[in-house]
Amino acid sequence: MYSFEPTEEQTMLIDTVSRFAHSDLRPASHDADEEGQIPLNLIKKGWELGVLQASTPEAYGGFGEHSSITGVLAAEEMAWGDLASTLAVMAPGLFAIPMLLAGSEEQKREYLPPIVEGDWSPYTAAIIEQHYDYDPNELRTTAKLDGDSLVLTGEKAYVPFANEAKSMLVFASLNGQTQGFIVPNGLSGIIIGERQKLLGINALSVFPVKFNEVRIPSANRLGGVNGHDFSSILASYWLATSAMALGVSKAALEYAIDYAKDRDVFGMKVAQKQSISFMLAEMATEIEAIRTLAWEAAWMLDTGKEEAYKEAYLAHTGAADMAMMVTDRAVQILGGHGYIREHPVEKWMREGRSFSLLVGMTII
Amino acid sequence: MIEFEAPKPISQQSFVLKTVAENMMRPVSRYFDEHEHEVPWDYINFMHMAMKATGAGSLAPKEAPKKDAEGKERPRIGYQMLAFMLEMLSWGDVGIYLCTPGGGLGAAAVQSNGTPEQNAKFLARFGEEKPAFGAMAMTESQAGSDTSAIRTTAALDKEMNQWVLNGEKIFVTGGQKSLLEGNGLVVVWATIDPSAGRAGMRPFVVEAGTPGIKVTKLEHKMGIRASDTASLVLQDCHLPFENILGSPEVIQDKNTTGFKGAMATFDATRPLIGATAVGVARATLELLKELLAQEGITIRYGLPRQKLTNIEREIIDMDVMLRSAWLLVIKAVWMADNHKSNSLEASMSKVRGGDVVTKITQRAIEIMGPIGYSQDLLLEKWFRDAKISDIYEGTGQINRLIVARNILGYSGRDLR
Repeated sequence: MYSFEPTEEQTMLIDTVSRFAHSDLRPASHDADEEGQIPLNLIKKGWELGVLQASTPEAYGGFGEHSSITGVLAAEEMAWGDLASTLAVMAPGLFAIPMLLAGSEEQKREYLPPIVEGDWSPYTAAIIEQHYDYDPNELRTTAKLDGDSLVLTGEKAYVPFANEAKSMLVFASLNGQTQGFIVPNGLSGIIIGERQKLLGINALSVFPVKFNEVRIPSANRLGGVNGHDFSSILASYWLATSAMALGVSKAALEYAIDYAKDRDVFGMKVAQKQSISFMLAEMATEIEAIRTLAWEAAWMLDTGKEEAYKEAYLAHTGAADMAMMVTDRAVQILGGHGYIREHPVEKWMREGRSFSLLVGMTII
Repeated sequence: MIEFEAPKPISQQSFVLKTVAENMMRPVSRYFDEHEHEVPWDYINFMHMAMKATGAGSLAPKEAPKKDAEGKERPRIGYQMLAFMLEMLSWGDVGIYLCTPGGGLGAAAVQSNGTPEQNAKFLARFGEEKPAFGAMAMTESQAGSDTSAIRTTAALDKEMNQWVLNGEKIFVTGGQKSLLEGNGLVVVWATIDPSAGRAGMRPFVVEAGTPGIKVTKLEHKMGIRASDTASLVLQDCHLPFENILGSPEVIQDKNTTGFKGAMATFDATRPLIGATAVGVARATLELLKELLAQEGITIRYGLPRQKLTNIEREIIDMDVMLRSAWLLVIKAVWMADNHKSNSLEASMSKVRGGDVVTKITQRAIEIMGPIGYSQDLLLEKWFRDAKISDIYEGTGQINRLIVARNILGYSGRDLR
């Protein structure tokens, strides 16, 4: 069957997240970006909505099943409110979700319940590397087996909350394959740099982290000694950025529509000019089209389809282009006012550029 | 719940239609492209026989809900089945697909505008022994996107209780076959009051064999050459009173029900045109990938853009365009099947389908260089076939207008 209708449960979750996004995230959004921080109580409130918990089985402290579709629905809704805050709320998932997807039974039982059952806590992951052709499948950070230990060497960037994280998953290349490694913070050899300044998502604190021959037990390899398949984790990264790209784009489209319908020009509203209306029509069409692609990819991942990886990649690349196009046009439609930071569109445009390159910044 | 599994009847249908496309369409694609206006009777007769057996036909399904083994109603998938059918047949050859017998756009117009009795009366012919064709005549030389500018008139002869139509229609897809090959019909849009603009438009059924209507020209086109695109002249064409579609109240007063009926027809068929566009685009992209593979070029999905070759990037972008365009079509027809108002999604799917097939076919030839430009391959034909998708049944620009009005909450007066 084809169907585009969320389940009742999903609808309830979406509504809850949506209310939070409207009432809490959006009003705080502007100041968070200007000041470069998100109030902790806001993050905790978002955490208590239970998105991650709903995605984790009871055996590991949650009350649901992992569902990429549910994740995509919730992530779009939350990102609509504010992207940086969403990334903050979902940061513990950077550790928990790969653990859920690829951890060994032992690892899941040990690591997941404290995260999932507890209050929001800054668990995180280090995967992004700061070079122009960063490729999650060809990382420059390496892991080498040395007796009973693994030695991690390399430089990571864009690690959310690295300075406060209790523990992080570090992704590195082991014999040419990307693998995840559980790394408690504070180990010798871990050097956390100064907080990074970025084009957008300024409210989220991210850090470069150097690993100078950091030693961990070989049992800390995600999945145990034999490791894990990275492709479903990567596909989940792609779906996450696709979903959040949709949220930010929808926010920008709605704002541009409202502005264009209100603004007077040449004796009519700006929205009544064909060139503007066509821009809006194309923005709306692009969002709707990419959304269906992201949904299909999420469904494929949930149902174990072979093409899931490829389709998630297509959704990601499409969503990245969509977000840049839509948010750029939103600024354009607001004209001079779009350029001023009082309106949120320039912020969304700065965020719109992020989705193509920040693979690994968030996961569903 | 959200899901994307093709229902069994659709998978089965696709299997059969793919065979039809490969065996009955592709081998003769070039022939009918070169012999414009010759009729592909082998395909037509085969399809007529096959469709009679399955009950398919017009561009609008008339589906009674079927019950499954436990007596529960099966989900409606009529429009979805049509979309898949049109996509696959267009993948074969969209020009030949347009020669498929059955009601076509004409029957869709009858279904959108006619009473149940009129439906029964006029559509029965498409299930008879011999193939028959249905067409719709709207466009005139001075009226394309602006349908309210049509000047074909319908005057009521009260004594004889007949309508008398006068005027000229152009660009009627299947116009010749509908009137001259078999017992078909053309739904002609005429005005009962030229001064009333939209409010005067009404649809009239002109059955094959009616005196006073003539095919005066067959167009020479860029593509879809197997499909006959006819000019029709109506000169004192007398029709029985009952041949005006709609109930008496609709007919008598000046109202825009007629015009709205035309728009409803297009709403229903828009995603289906999107489907035909996707079919041509898919044929193109598949062949392109095959040709590149022969040159040793593979597409490495999963790589960041910085590592992709230019050609890989183009192909991946085409994959995104094609899949998202197709899913939009599916969503639009799923909504139609589930009786959800789908005017927005229908227009979106037409916008995207037309856009995507144009871009993909144009880029494919660019990528294949001198090989792509040659008639040795069907690629250049698909480039020509593709373009009409963004033009007929509502141009991409008109459909953008419809999408814009919808998302802005504007009427036609607010946004021109």
